[in-house]
Amino acid sequence: MNATPLVALVGNPNAGKSALFNALTGARQKVGNYPGVTVERHSGRMALPDGRPIELIDLPGAYSLDPASPDEQVTRDVLLGRQQGERLPDAILTVVDASNLDNHLRFTLQLIALGLPIVVALNMVDLAERDGLKLDPEALERELGVPVVATVAVRRRGLDALKARMAEMVKGVAKIRPSAGVQHDIVLLQRRARQIATAVTLSETAARRWTHRLDALFLHPVAGPLILLATMFLMFQAVFAWSEVPKGLIEDGMAWLGSEIGAALPDGVLRSLIIDGVIAGVGAVVVFLPQILILFVFILVLEATGYMVRAAFLMDRVMASVGLSGRAFIPLLSSFACAVPGIMATRTIADEKDRLTTILIAPLMTCSARLPVYTIIIGALIPDRALLPGIGLQGLVLFALYVLGVVGAFCAALVLRRTVTRGATSGFMMEMPKYQWPRLRDVLLGLWQRALIFLKRAGTIILYTTVILWALLSFPKPPEGSGISKVDYSIAGRIGNGLQTIVAPIGFNRDMALALIPAMAAREVAVAAIGTVYAIDNADDDKGKASITQQLQAHWSLPSALAFLMWFVFAPQCISTIAVTRRETNGWKWPAFMIGYLFALAYVAAGITYWSAVGLGL
Amino acid sequence: MDVPAAISVPIHLAQLRPHAIGTVAKVEWDRLAEPEARRLRELGLDEGVEVELLRRSGLFGGPLACRIGRMTVALRRHVAATIHVALPAEAA
Repeated sequence: MNATPLVALVGNPNAGKSALFNALTGARQKVGNYPGVTVERHSGRMALPDGRPIELIDLPGAYSLDPASPDEQVTRDVLLGRQQGERLPDAILTVVDASNLDNHLRFTLQLIALGLPIVVALNMVDLAERDGLKLDPEALERELGVPVVATVAVRRRGLDALKARMAEMVKGVAKIRPSAGVQHDIVLLQRRARQIATAVTLSETAARRWTHRLDALFLHPVAGPLILLATMFLMFQAVFAWSEVPKGLIEDGMAWLGSEIGAALPDGVLRSLIIDGVIAGVGAVVVFLPQILILFVFILVLEATGYMVRAAFLMDRVMASVGLSGRAFIPLLSSFACAVPGIMATRTIADEKDRLTTILIAPLMTCSARLPVYTIIIGALIPDRALLPGIGLQGLVLFALYVLGVVGAFCAALVLRRTVTRGATSGFMMEMPKYQWPRLRDVLLGLWQRALIFLKRAGTIILYTTVILWALLSFPKPPEGSGISKVDYSIAGRIGNGLQTIVAPIGFNRDMALALIPAMAAREVAVAAIGTVYAIDNADDDKGKASITQQLQAHWSLPSALAFLMWFVFAPQCISTIAVTRRETNGWKWPAFMIGYLFALAYVAAGITYWSAVGLGL
Repeated sequence: MDVPAAISVPIHLAQLRPHAIGTVAKVEWDRLAEPEARRLRELGLDEGVEVELLRRSGLFGGPLACRIGRMTVALRRHVAATIHVALPAEAA
């Protein structure tokens, strides 16, 4: 055989599949996408005891080979050799939760019937024993007729034995086409699974599962919501408080880089491009990496512990009141970091209308890309005074913008569910996994992947748009001594002046209109754009040395600034979000609708804000 | 199927006392939407399976948490109402 054997890692959700994948492949992982769908393809390389390499793909968790979601569809199609861009696996490694055998074995039986070589990892045997359940792996092997290895993936127990069995499995395997039929009779499979589970159970004491004890607290009608609220509060507190130090370090680093390069390069176009364009633009965005990572730490930990599903449970009632289900809470919470993973996380919502509504409102959650914009404008134009001891006006405005996004999202959902996404009330049915300690290694791996995605984005979309904007702002140059503003004379300035006629009624000046153009690609670019506009306009005089804050104070009125903030609460300015919406909804219809309704909301809200502020004499 | 010494009390899952353990006597599959019924089967629900109500809906009528076999599952009330439960005589 020439090619590296491909082994598919398959299992029920919550069987510990990803932990096993991380334990087997370590950091040698690749995250990609299957063509045509946004389902992430996680693959990694591992070595067998005899040194041969294997490519392991971590397929999305599924309950059966009868898909209920796009995720599960990929799992089925890969296993049947029908997935575009993926070869048929040579063998299957399936994971079952030892304390959930009567359920997980049903899927295993379906997999065995496919006819590919297969090894079963009987995972989390330690947790099963803690719950008073003793199993006989050898009996399970006899019952199933395929190799079974007891493992504890998170503690790396049983991995050597597992690798040895995998080595036997892929020893000179000839390509076997899966036997034609998928066993679909779920009732029959389920009953057989229960029989086997009973047969391999050596003893079972009635130990009260401590997951139930924790649920008594976390799902308590009063304590539960309070704990959820406290968790959310801690999360947002951490995002702002803990990120100050690393943010400062990155800012200093960027400033140092700018001055070093400034000193090394001769004055001219190249120097302007690198300092005004690249470093100012990309730097303004990379500064927010710590905040994004802190938010993701919380989300990854909440997911790994099993608490996220409890949060969905607690929120189901509230979500039901606007026609959504508790499941929508998870993607919406992720959207506070970034709407892209948020929208991708809607794949677990089975009901199509429910899922669509969640996708359409996800961009209203205040994502981390809005933070740079909010922070700079609030810092410059909202007076820094305390309303009450400990409650500053600036913090309050920021909080209000977050709340506004959430309220806007709920109102939008309410309206959408009664109009364009009308349908039967969606259900809420969810497995609630056992509580588990998050493994540092798994959280770090997840975090590393998120950081890479963000930096790639900063390095591509944001870099390109800032450079293009810099070019549009710098050329053509006004004739020497003409006294015309450089920005007004440039291409971008002319576009901005044109655009201003549209946004003037809602109080935007030319510089704001200009900042909106590149911010269509990614919101955070607005900050860099404002910086670049003033840097280029004032490059020759002393004002050019003024900070963005001082520039804003000099050029922006308070009503305009408030209207600008309001615009950013609603406007769908993010190419990545629009692209992911197009992929997730298979066409341009829904992204077009999303862009339309969000721009309309943004325009109206900004207009109302501007004229109210003017009316109040602010 | 070992049905415990039960008198068939017509009771459904949502009406169970918290932590009362019974077995599924009947599921009105036809009152559920097809995908809902399918997912419920995949979560292990079947006639004869042991069920326990862990947590009734909160103050404002939220979902229920129950144990189906060995799995903890969250359900909405209208789904739980299609699951008929037989209780052992002394628990009824």
